[in-house]
Amino acid sequence: MATLVIEKLSKNFGPIEVLRDIDLELASGEMLVIVGASGCGKSTLLRLVAGLEEPTRGRIILDGRDVTPLDPSVRDIAMVFQNYALYPHMSVFDNMAYGLRIRGLAKPEIQRRVQEAATLLGLEPLLARKPRQLSGGQRQRVAMGRAIVREPKLFLFDEPLSNLDAKLRVSMRAEIRRLQRRLGVTSLYVTHDQVEAMTLGDRLLVMHRGVPVQLATPMEVFDRPADAYVAGFIGTPAMNLLDATLTAGGTAARLAGGALLPFADGRRPGEEGKNIIVGIRPEHVRIEAGGMPLAIDLVEPLGSETVLLGRLADETMLSVKVHGAWAGGERTEIVIPSASLHVFEGKSGLRLDPAR
Amino acid sequence: MERRTIFAGWKLPMLLVAPQLVLTFVFFYWPALVAAYESLTRTDAFGIHVTFVGLANFRSLFADPLYRAAILRTVGFCAAVTALALGLGMVLAVAADRELRGRDLYRVLMIWPYAVAPAVSAVLWILLLNPQIGFVGRFLVTHGIRWDYALNGNQAMLMVVLASAWKQVSYNFIFVLAGLQSIPKAVIEAARMDGARGWYRFRTVVLPLLSPTLFFLIVVDLVYAAFDTFGTIWAMTEGGPAQATQTLVVKVYNDGVVNLDLGSSSAQSVVLMVGVVALTALQFRFLGRRSGA
Amino acid sequence: MRRTGNWLAHTVLILGALLFVLPIWLAFCAATLDPAAIDRGELSLIPRLGHLGSFWGVLAHGGPGVPPVWRMLVVSFGMALAIAVGKIVISILSAFAVVFFRFPLRRAAFWAIFVTLMLPVEVRIIPTYAVMGDLHMIDTFPGLAVPLIASATATLLFRQTFAAIPDELVEAARMDGAGPLRFLKDILIPVSAANLAALFVILFVYGWNQYLWPLVVATSPSLDTIVIGIVKMIGIDTSTEWNKVMATAVIALIPPVVVVVSMQRWFVRGLTEGEK
Repeated sequence: MATLVIEKLSKNFGPIEVLRDIDLELASGEMLVIVGASGCGKSTLLRLVAGLEEPTRGRIILDGRDVTPLDPSVRDIAMVFQNYALYPHMSVFDNMAYGLRIRGLAKPEIQRRVQEAATLLGLEPLLARKPRQLSGGQRQRVAMGRAIVREPKLFLFDEPLSNLDAKLRVSMRAEIRRLQRRLGVTSLYVTHDQVEAMTLGDRLLVMHRGVPVQLATPMEVFDRPADAYVAGFIGTPAMNLLDATLTAGGTAARLAGGALLPFADGRRPGEEGKNIIVGIRPEHVRIEAGGMPLAIDLVEPLGSETVLLGRLADETMLSVKVHGAWAGGERTEIVIPSASLHVFEGKSGLRLDPAR
Repeated sequence: MERRTIFAGWKLPMLLVAPQLVLTFVFFYWPALVAAYESLTRTDAFGIHVTFVGLANFRSLFADPLYRAAILRTVGFCAAVTALALGLGMVLAVAADRELRGRDLYRVLMIWPYAVAPAVSAVLWILLLNPQIGFVGRFLVTHGIRWDYALNGNQAMLMVVLASAWKQVSYNFIFVLAGLQSIPKAVIEAARMDGARGWYRFRTVVLPLLSPTLFFLIVVDLVYAAFDTFGTIWAMTEGGPAQATQTLVVKVYNDGVVNLDLGSSSAQSVVLMVGVVALTALQFRFLGRRSGA
Repeated sequence: MRRTGNWLAHTVLILGALLFVLPIWLAFCAATLDPAAIDRGELSLIPRLGHLGSFWGVLAHGGPGVPPVWRMLVVSFGMALAIAVGKIVISILSAFAVVFFRFPLRRAAFWAIFVTLMLPVEVRIIPTYAVMGDLHMIDTFPGLAVPLIASATATLLFRQTFAAIPDELVEAARMDGAGPLRFLKDILIPVSAANLAALFVILFVYGWNQYLWPLVVATSPSLDTIVIGIVKMIGIDTSTEWNKVMATAVIALIPPVVVVVSMQRWFVRGLTEGEK
């Protein structure tokens, strides 16, 4: 049980700035998921916390102690790696026990901790095996076991599920969540998979090009994305982002094709003609006679729902998610409900909330 | 080749690399400097006066028809050994790269000559080719062929080429076989679907994919033939008859150890070292471009 | 079509096997014959199995001009082991330093080693001999082995092996609290065991088969390796006792062949993975 505070953390590789001024605070027992596309700096952030890289500036404070200058071995942090990083020549037991032996724990204590973790993870029958005799999911469990036996102040997860097949990923995801809740260890979890991020995190940190763009609960990130990038990144299929301009008085958006979308929640600041982006999630678009015409290019049935990919009159692409199968033809008419609109500034992409 | 994760500190690594560096300096750089120095000087008959003679040793070396002949002879010898060892190694590897019964036994039988010392292979070939006692040699003589490598230079050359290549076949076999097996099955299957068969498929698909291995082997074989064969040649012919099998290394040994002409043999050593370093650089340029190493 | 291909392959391989096995078989048979019979050219492909005495003879008493073969075997073993173990130890250490650390002159150190990659002892024989004289190592056992320990090949192979170790494995060890030496001992060496075994085979054979350097640096018969001994025995004069020579040759072959064949799998993999 420990808190983690990150202050103004920056990292340059030569002239390239990979991370800039990251501030972060984790409550004790919290699971924070760092999510972003590859190259956004999320792994670097994790490696800085682990102590595998040295920050250019800033501090990392774990449980009230500044660990920035410390070697990884004395930070009391355990890490689960993407490729598991199991020692191929050691048995499952030895893989888990290795870190404890180095720390000089007594044999019975090592035995007890490994046994406990093995029970927790269902690894007992496999303790004598070598990693190459295990399946992907089992290896993943051993990697977690190695972290658990350390009883550290902080868990770090570096895309731990990305090497598993889709089905296993879902079940391991649930297992990680369950374990983390049960052990109550403060955790940082890095992933590029937004579903993983949504389901696992108490809070999400969305990163883009080395800068944190939003730190909030999963539902907040989904409902009120901080900018157009987050809006497009979180949610499948991705949110439709349409170029538009502000009408006089800031009461509505005019799409490139001329259609008017009035704002339900109030006026946006800015003069007439200002470039804005309106966002609408595919599941919020309604099929309704008398709306805007949509030419459907592609129908993607997903079983319980169907995604339609189409074009508006001005050739703007728009995707729509409907329940059940699609029985309509190649053309339909749609309505974009005002209440579900997201509005972003055209230039910066930042969320544009109603003026007070 | 650069790692992401590294350990901190500089004293420990310098300590770890020190033994290797010390040995390298004492047994490579120091001798190289000694050779360079001696190749530029001349010692009088009593070993007292050392005079600096510039490149005179090299000039007289390259002016010496015997040395020029030794260069040509070495080139020919190396080419013959390389062609024979690589060719035979390839034929055997292609044959062994099949799902055959007894495949593992065949492989062991092809691989073990790797362990034969060059000097021992000489002894074995004497037993085959010696005109008095040799199994094949005596057969030739009794059938009217005038076979005597102690007198006939060409026959002597043929014999050292055979003995030298024989020992090197297994090395080539190992590498070509590994090269063949590293060609993805899917590529071969794609070629089959494209209708390429037999020799045509081998020439247009397999051979190009094998070419880095072959290039590597050519360099290794050349270096082997140039240097490691000293034992074979010395045991069989001592470079004779009448220098017919005297390669450059045999000549260095003859001039330096037997005839004690230090200036000339040092100059020869320098020439050899420059040659080998050039060959290494060439290989690494080629292999480096391929693997990005 | 595939069938004929297989028959062809069998034929080629059998001919190849004969090419390699026949000379050794002949040597074995010759070792069981009367020297006089060999001189008369009466070699045969049938050994006289009751006459293995020449093997025991050379082992215990040697031959003309050479010490007992068992003594030469000891020297050869010592030299091959010293070279193989010595090279492996210093190469592991230097490759470890070059791959896993950043230190001043790292590149310079690497290149200084690397340049010597293909400089076999044969090309530097005379100057190395001169240096050995200055070091008073001529005609000593260390003189036989130490100059052959210095070479770049093993360092380069280990560097390649180590560079292929996933970063995450190193990081996991660091998170587990392993320092550099502990990592070397607990993780790196066990993980590289196959390459290490392969290299041991290559270096043992290399050391065992040396001829020119022992010939130059060691003159006293107590330092004769078995390879040196064989060539001494055939001499150039006529009184060669061929049965003894062949017995010695067969004995000389056994240790390196046993090492290569028994470790074949590792050796082939290590050799072909490493050197490219």
